[in-house]
Amino acid sequence: MEKKIDYKQLLKNNGILIVFFLICIGLSILSPYFMTTNNILNIFRQTSIYGIIAVGMTFVILTGGIDLSVGSILALSGMIAAGLMKNNGIGVFIASVAAILVGGGIGLINGVLITKGKIAPFVVTLGMVTIARGLTLIYSKGYPVSGFSPEFRQLGGGYFLGIPIPVIIFIATVALAWFILNHTRLGRYTYAIGGNEETVKLSGINVNFYKTMVYVIVGIASSLSALILTSRLNSAEAIAGQGYELDVIAAVVIGGTSLSGGRGSIIGTLIGALLIGVINNGMNLLGISPYFQQVVKGALIIGAVILDRLRDETN
Amino acid sequence: MEPLLKMSGITKSFPGVRALSDVGFDLHKGELHALVGENGAGKSTLMKILSGLYKADSGELFLKGEKIVSTGLREMIKLGIGVIYQELNLIPYLSVSENIFLGREPKTSIGTIDWSKMRKMTREALAPFKLDISPQQKVKSLGAAHQQIVEIAKALSLKAEILVMDEPTAALTGNEVDRLFEIIKQLKNDGVSIIYISHRLEEVHHLADRITILRDGERVITKNRGEMSNDEMIKYMVGRVLEEQYPQYESVPGDVVLEVKGLTKKGICEDVSFTARAGEIFGFVGLVGAGRTEIMQTVYGYRKMDSGEVLLDGEQVTIRNCQDAVMKGIGLIPEERKQQGLVLGMSVFDNAALSVLDLYSTAGVLHRKKINAEVNTMVDSMNIKTPSVRQLVRNLSGGNQQKVVLAKWFIRHCKVYIFDEPTRGIDVGAKVEIYRLMQNLAKRGAAVIMISSELPEVMNISDRAAVVFEGRIVREFKKGELSEEQVMEYSLGLFDKKGA
Repeated sequence: MEKKIDYKQLLKNNGILIVFFLICIGLSILSPYFMTTNNILNIFRQTSIYGIIAVGMTFVILTGGIDLSVGSILALSGMIAAGLMKNNGIGVFIASVAAILVGGGIGLINGVLITKGKIAPFVVTLGMVTIARGLTLIYSKGYPVSGFSPEFRQLGGGYFLGIPIPVIIFIATVALAWFILNHTRLGRYTYAIGGNEETVKLSGINVNFYKTMVYVIVGIASSLSALILTSRLNSAEAIAGQGYELDVIAAVVIGGTSLSGGRGSIIGTLIGALLIGVINNGMNLLGISPYFQQVVKGALIIGAVILDRLRDETN
Repeated sequence: MEPLLKMSGITKSFPGVRALSDVGFDLHKGELHALVGENGAGKSTLMKILSGLYKADSGELFLKGEKIVSTGLREMIKLGIGVIYQELNLIPYLSVSENIFLGREPKTSIGTIDWSKMRKMTREALAPFKLDISPQQKVKSLGAAHQQIVEIAKALSLKAEILVMDEPTAALTGNEVDRLFEIIKQLKNDGVSIIYISHRLEEVHHLADRITILRDGERVITKNRGEMSNDEMIKYMVGRVLEEQYPQYESVPGDVVLEVKGLTKKGICEDVSFTARAGEIFGFVGLVGAGRTEIMQTVYGYRKMDSGEVLLDGEQVTIRNCQDAVMKGIGLIPEERKQQGLVLGMSVFDNAALSVLDLYSTAGVLHRKKINAEVNTMVDSMNIKTPSVRQLVRNLSGGNQQKVVLAKWFIRHCKVYIFDEPTRGIDVGAKVEIYRLMQNLAKRGAAVIMISSELPEVMNISDRAAVVFEGRIVREFKKGELSEEQVMEYSLGLFDKKGA
């Protein structure tokens, strides 16, 4: 017994991960169905829709910003892809690229208004919530667009080597984001800007460019999710993605990324997103009322932040 | 006579550091006792124990001969100890009276705030200072000196008999300092006892009845006013004689690297022209507010110029923002190291690498190995004291933090380095190290510009210097050409205007 493990420290540093495993163990005892391959893939697939956006949101929150318009960007880009395919007979690939351009484009507008217009991210993206939603309604005239080619429906419903394609896209997004955050200038500047923007500016770095880029990234992530969701539902609706920003921000925050910027990780966001997915799934399996589920989710967000604060105090 | 306050055998440790060991300190009624020492000597810790913020590990505290057992923040305020911290603790968007009576607002019979009574009480609290501050005025609209006075009034309204002032003049201008000194003298006459913490030895000589010097958490000496010279005080503070406070070296000025012609920015500077040569240190002196920092920030592209030219190596360049400046080989080490020089929540490594990521990356992907090697070499060669390059900069001492800022720029090999008050808030020992580093830059062929408010520093370290007064360069001089007094006259605008 020469080595003594500091359990307190271990718990504080990996709190969310430990909570995640405890909940998984608990659920697998309470429900025999929980630990089946089918159910796990199901959790991953459900998580991937907002998980992909959460990956993009991690960049934004790391810079100390926020994007409330992700749900509306999702609706608009999904509707445009659907419309192009359904009404204009345009191919899956071009329509998907168009959706991503729309998502990235709205992110670009957000970013430019925030950096060049010097308006708070909260205000700009709050405005964009209704602008993008309004554009979706104008474009679709309020009607859903549904019934796509089998090719397109593969995106949300297909499998590759037994793994759902949305899950593959989600994991690939996480891997790419991890690489960008740790091995590229964009990534390191993202952290640095959130830590102290003034210092970064005085170090001769084009802060406005990099800050704009993070909104483009979350815009693209939102349109990627839009394609998966549209494909999976076989329908694009103007109300799609409403309220998504809350789950997305929750995943990032539960994952330990600080809302004031500068601190956090993409692995944290992955765990945060999965935790929300597991809890939703578990409570469904246990037949807990959806009303009660809301309360649990809210408590989880607050609990995660308390855990984070504890870690801060000890380090 | 029994002292009003007596602290004895005070010892306090933090994890890994002994901040105070067996320190004694006393204070008489109506006395001003100055507490002097380098950064980290334990002055603030001692005062935080007195204010009740920290609890001493051992030691005793007597007030008017009675032993104080419970030492919480509230208890100490009740016992008449008022502390005015270096960073003022006022709420900017509340009025003067709300700030003074925060938490003890007078109430009307139905429990709402009795505004008229509060205004009256505020006027009474401010009366001794003979200022025209309205109780309704927002604190934000007051100057630094008046804010300080509001803090003093607040402490006194709490019936403070002992005032602790931590570097009260740090944010004040010349006139405001004089004003504060008058008030301090008046307070003493009224029987208030003051503990005065300051780096500025002149102030201490001017104000103090007694002086206590701390070093490395121990009391070195306590002497009456006039019993110690500046040199002796420095010796006690540093613990050794500083043979060379200003290291000398042979400068070999080369070609002009940076030339600024007719730089003008409305409200900041007018027709500023100067040159900086390779291999020399060019000083930039003047009073606080003369526009030195702003002129250099304009050259650096942080502010937009109205007109003027910047030439690098004889070629005209356009600098629209800091990025342009850095790309063209100018580095600026800002005055506010925590707010502008560092990302405190990031590691030594990330901070030091911040300025060179563009040099060591391909299509945005970083060459980790190369950057690691560069940073490690620099951290070693600059003797930055940190357990590892992964340590957060937040956890380093002030001197080491400043070295990290320098490392960030040294890695980049600029042609021109602009230092804005490089030694502000740094111990005497670390200053010498910073001077040496600047001289090394000059030796390796860079042009070094040093903005400084410390006249002796400029006189001894710079090869040439310009005096700035109200946004204009009023005189340029070579080392040894002018006396300190003459430079001061130029700084104050007391020069003969015929030639200009």
